[in-house]
Amino acid sequence: MTCLPPAGAAPRGLPSVSAAARPERPRARRVVLLAGLLALLGLTALLAGCASQYPQTTLDPHSTDFGPDIQNLFVLIFWPAVLVFVVVEGALLYTIVRYRQRPGHGRPRQIHGNTRLEIAWTIAPAVVLAFIAVPTVKTIFVTQANVAPGSVQIHVIGHQWWWEFQYPELGVVTANEFHVPAGQTVGFTETSADVIHSFWVPAMGGKRDVVPNHQNYLWFTPAQTGTFLGQCAEYCLDAHADMRLRMIVDTPQDFQAWVDRQKQNAQPQPDAQTNMDLLKKGEQLVTTGACVGCHTIQGTPANGKVGPNLTHVGSRQTIAAGILENNRDNIARWVRNPPAIKPGAKMPANLVSEDDARAVAEYLYSLK
Amino acid sequence: MATVVDVHAPPATYRVPGWWSWLTTVDHKRIGILYGTTAFIFFLIGGLEALLIRIQLFVPNNTFLSAQAYNEMFTMHGTTMIFLVVMPMSAAFFNFMVPLLIGARDVAFPRLNAFSYWTFLSGGVLLHLSFLSGGAPEVGWFGYAPLTSPQYTPGHSTDFWMLSLQVLGVASLAAAFNFLVTIINLRAPGMTMMRMPVFAWMTLVTSFLMVLAFPAITVGLILVMFDRYMHANFFNVAQGGDPILWQHLFWVFGHPEVYILILPAMGIVSEVLPTFSRKPLFGYPVVVFSGIAIGVMSFGVWAHHMFSTGMGPVADAVFAINTMLIAVPTGVKIFNWIATMWGGSLNLKTAMLFAIGFIAMFIIGGLSGVMHSSPPADLQQTDTYFIVAHFHYVLFGGAIMGLTAGAYYWFPKITGRFLSEKLGKWHFWLTLIAFNLTFFPMHFTGLLGMPRRTYTYGDYLNLTLLNQLSTIGALLLGLSVLLFAWNILWSLKYGEPAGDNPWDGATLEWAIPSPPPPYNFAVVPTVHSSLPLWDQKYGMPEHAQSHRLGDELLGTSPASELGLPEAGPAVAQRRRLEIHMPRPSIFPPLTGFGLGLMAAGLIYSPIISVVGLLWLFMGIYGWCYEPAAGEPAVVEL
Repeated sequence: MTCLPPAGAAPRGLPSVSAAARPERPRARRVVLLAGLLALLGLTALLAGCASQYPQTTLDPHSTDFGPDIQNLFVLIFWPAVLVFVVVEGALLYTIVRYRQRPGHGRPRQIHGNTRLEIAWTIAPAVVLAFIAVPTVKTIFVTQANVAPGSVQIHVIGHQWWWEFQYPELGVVTANEFHVPAGQTVGFTETSADVIHSFWVPAMGGKRDVVPNHQNYLWFTPAQTGTFLGQCAEYCLDAHADMRLRMIVDTPQDFQAWVDRQKQNAQPQPDAQTNMDLLKKGEQLVTTGACVGCHTIQGTPANGKVGPNLTHVGSRQTIAAGILENNRDNIARWVRNPPAIKPGAKMPANLVSEDDARAVAEYLYSLK
Repeated sequence: MATVVDVHAPPATYRVPGWWSWLTTVDHKRIGILYGTTAFIFFLIGGLEALLIRIQLFVPNNTFLSAQAYNEMFTMHGTTMIFLVVMPMSAAFFNFMVPLLIGARDVAFPRLNAFSYWTFLSGGVLLHLSFLSGGAPEVGWFGYAPLTSPQYTPGHSTDFWMLSLQVLGVASLAAAFNFLVTIINLRAPGMTMMRMPVFAWMTLVTSFLMVLAFPAITVGLILVMFDRYMHANFFNVAQGGDPILWQHLFWVFGHPEVYILILPAMGIVSEVLPTFSRKPLFGYPVVVFSGIAIGVMSFGVWAHHMFSTGMGPVADAVFAINTMLIAVPTGVKIFNWIATMWGGSLNLKTAMLFAIGFIAMFIIGGLSGVMHSSPPADLQQTDTYFIVAHFHYVLFGGAIMGLTAGAYYWFPKITGRFLSEKLGKWHFWLTLIAFNLTFFPMHFTGLLGMPRRTYTYGDYLNLTLLNQLSTIGALLLGLSVLLFAWNILWSLKYGEPAGDNPWDGATLEWAIPSPPPPYNFAVVPTVHSSLPLWDQKYGMPEHAQSHRLGDELLGTSPASELGLPEAGPAVAQRRRLEIHMPRPSIFPPLTGFGLGLMAAGLIYSPIISVVGLLWLFMGIYGWCYEPAAGEPAVVEL
């Protein structure tokens, strides 16, 4: 018996060629072209993804080890993936166009398979993957080796919804923004005081989760000075999106100066705009009021460990874990009603009146 | 030379059923329709949640949704789409099609089948009751400890999540056992495993995955239940509990789960492509074995979801390699699908377009998956929108498009009418364009530093435009789903009538009327290859003739088939068949609702749990003592 369809039988589903069928091909081509153009545009934007335009880009590392190691691995995987995409999608598109049913075509050859082809296209991907696997395993062990001796040690503690940074060897404790010297390896040991967070400065490299009852490790060497942004990258309820951080890379001299200043007790430093009465009032409110229960301001009675260390809060670029620019107005707004700015904030509203909030802000802003 | 018994019987007339008959049905076809309809409604709800998310992310610092509302939305969106849409939609096809594909009259356990559906409904409703009772869960669809501890989510929202997932787990397990037994035991004579349609194979593998994976999440959820209800300390960090334990337990389930989500759609594609290419599936045994390999290997890769948790270099390396390995059988399937179309005569009906769309989108999702498989690279990608892009490409571009292909393909069989091809084409192109507009930018959004699950983002990230593209795409995608719904509703009434085999398909479901009579096959067919209808119509290919020797050995040559004479156009004798049919029953829904009430009572009031327990016992008792056989169907041939 041959494989021709039974005479006269045109099973449903085989349309006759009609005018409606024809425009589909040019239309399909146009769509493909458009998609290709969009992808090209996107790719261009991607390749131009430098840190000045995208402050949290992962594609423009500014460390000398962790970041570039990851970047190299990504590039090693990315371009073969693009090649596979072009080849396989191309084969798919070609097949659809080339083998569209045409009038007068009978039943196609009923091919069931081809063993050699199967072997070939099983082995080929496996080989490609081997080229990815070997550098991957190497990079895993290199980036998770013990941190080099002589590195700056920082202990990171994640909190809902702020970051605590302790420098155990240098005797510094700060929050949300931390300084490191350029060219020197920074070694982080990380844990959490509550739920799982994730510590991530994309310009330096990958992230590492910050887990309660666990100690995790991360290290990298910043390549040059600058300010680099990061944020929590593990959902931690409520204000996960508002748990941001800044890493400021100083020259070694500036870093030492920063450390020396941070080690000193809190010292109000008025500037040209300071209202001295307000400052005095604020100092009194903060160091004797509700603040002392949660915050530490070294050299004052404030010795709480629940909230961020405020000893040198005036020296930071931002407050409230990176969501507000550090100025008097914002400090006052925050102190007056934290949950309105950061949903779920553990610091309650109405601890102080409007006027008192301005006084508190004057004082805190002066703690450089 | 009819090699398949002509199973065409005159359509049996049966009354359009009332609500009671829907409640008590044990017919796999009606249960399939119940699953499909319910899953589609949940699809609309989950889609609405997605739109709310995307609207909130349209601009930085937006105040459309509060942080609380946003966190509930993404939790519910994920939980709904995975457990209440993709899985039940796959179950809809398992239910309706698998018995037809293997030449059976129903599943092995029709009442257990009904129980699975009603339990699923109970679980889905329970989850959504949270909206009315203090707020939906906000712990994310994978509920990382200790977010689920009473300390961090007091109140009942986490309880709704934790309890409804357990109820849904029971439904899935029951269904899995049912389909395993059905496929292993109820195949038509001559249908060896390697002649079984690929969709039935994928159902088999998926069922095994469900049986082996669900216990892991059940254990985890029970530990959470103990913590929340009995002051246990499994994940209580203050008492030394380890949240990483939850992650392992969850992902041992969670990774096989994603293959549970994709394999059925892959099975559908494997059915659609040959029919609309007019040639057999290329490399049938390889496609089958790849599916099995993917299933087995899926249990060895779970910790690739945990590369940033600090497991250490050895664990990272092992899971990286396993993850890369699983790409091999996946790629092989894709190549086999393309080879199926190569040299074919492609009929680009909507079902075929969606199947091709599946392949095209899955390639992208698979490639981004390979990018994640390298732990150091993944440390930049994990928990960012790059991952969100990946899993939407495989789950929407893959699973949803594959299931949609199945809908367009089998709608004529299920309802006796075609879905409108005109609306279908619009549906397809709108979906393809809107889907890519929504999710392709997310590859960039992620690599440019935007983490997941953030209710807002800073404008300094300069990612606003990319977010806006995604939001516009999402709105268009919503439109395409509404278009689909309209196509279904319109076609149910005005769709062009379809005959038994509108697509010239090769498999057994096309041998019976559309819609099928309650008993499916008047005479159980005997098959001699994986393409029985093409054999009959176009003649069995030379090399397949050798399989007849196997049939003689198996005793499945036509002469031995059920002791009935070979019926065919030449047979003139009329005969009257009494076909054994199962009895409709109220006890499966009673038992299923009882289970739901038991869970609900743990939130609302213990009395409700007691009532639920009573219903459960009444249901099981009645189920045990009720005779399984119902009125036989009488067919005059």
